[in-house]
Amino acid sequence: MQEFYYKKSIDRRPLQVPHEAAFHCIMQTLTFSTTFDILDDIRTFVGEQAREAGFNPKDVYSIQLAADEAASNVIEHAYDGKPNEKFEVSCEFRTDRLIVTLLDHGKAFDPSQVEEPDLKANLLDRKIGGLGIYLMRKLMDEVRYESTQTGNLLTLVKRKG
Amino acid sequence: MEINTKEFKHCDMVVVKGRVDSSTAPQFSKALDAIVEKNIYKIAVDMSGLEYMSSAGFRALLAAQRTCKHNHGEVVLASVPERIREALELAGFTELFKSFNDPLEAVGSL
Repeated sequence: MQEFYYKKSIDRRPLQVPHEAAFHCIMQTLTFSTTFDILDDIRTFVGEQAREAGFNPKDVYSIQLAADEAASNVIEHAYDGKPNEKFEVSCEFRTDRLIVTLLDHGKAFDPSQVEEPDLKANLLDRKIGGLGIYLMRKLMDEVRYESTQTGNLLTLVKRKG
Repeated sequence: MEINTKEFKHCDMVVVKGRVDSSTAPQFSKALDAIVEKNIYKIAVDMSGLEYMSSAGFRALLAAQRTCKHNHGEVVLASVPERIREALELAGFTELFKSFNDPLEAVGSL
C-alpha cells in the first residue's frame, strides 16, 4: 500500500501575525512515494488542512485538484515515472492563506515554462498536454517554482474569500 | 473508481463513479477505447456518481471526443457534478462537450 508517514514535521517558526492566528501557523509535512496511487492521500491531506483552515467546499476542491496536478507532474516529469523515489508535500496556514509546497529531488521541471494550452483552438488541433499546469494556475492565487541545490520547490498559494 | 458500460440501440453509455486521477484515468480511457473499437462512436458518459476528476480524466475524454468526431459521432456528458463542471469550465471543455442533466436525455440526444 501507500507509504506515507508523518515526518518530524512540526515547524514552529516565529510568527508575523499576532494573537489568535498564532496556533494555525504550524507546517505539516508528509512524504510520499512517486507512484500515482498516492494521489488519493495527497488530496486527503491538503483537503483536511484546507477544511481546518476554514476554506469553503469549492476552494477545498480547488486546492485538492491543484495539489493533485502538481504531484502528478512531479511523478511524471521530475522522476520520469520512477516509482521508488520520494517527495514531500507541506501545508501551512498563515492568516488568510494556505500555502502548499512540493519539494522533490528529481529533474528540474518548471511549470511556468510550459506553454499554455490554446483553449480557443479547434478540438482537433488542441494539444493534450499543459492542461494540469494551466488548471493549477487558474485554481490558485499564486504558483511559484524554484530549483535550488536542496531540490525543486513548487509553491501553491490560495487566499481565503 | 468504478466503471460500467451499458449498451443502447444507437450508442453506449459509460457509468463512471468515484475518482478519476492519473492513477485511475488509464482504466477510464480503456473503457472508452473498448467502445470505439466496436466501431461505436456515440458515447454518453454518466457522471452522476463521480466525486472527482483531474486533468488526466479530461485528457481521456478529449481523446475519445476526437476519435468519435472523426467518425461522425460524439461524446456527451450527463449529470456532471458541480465541482467537476467548474473544473471542466476552467479547462475550456464545456464548449467541447454537450452536457445533459439526465443520463437518458443524453442517450436520447445521440
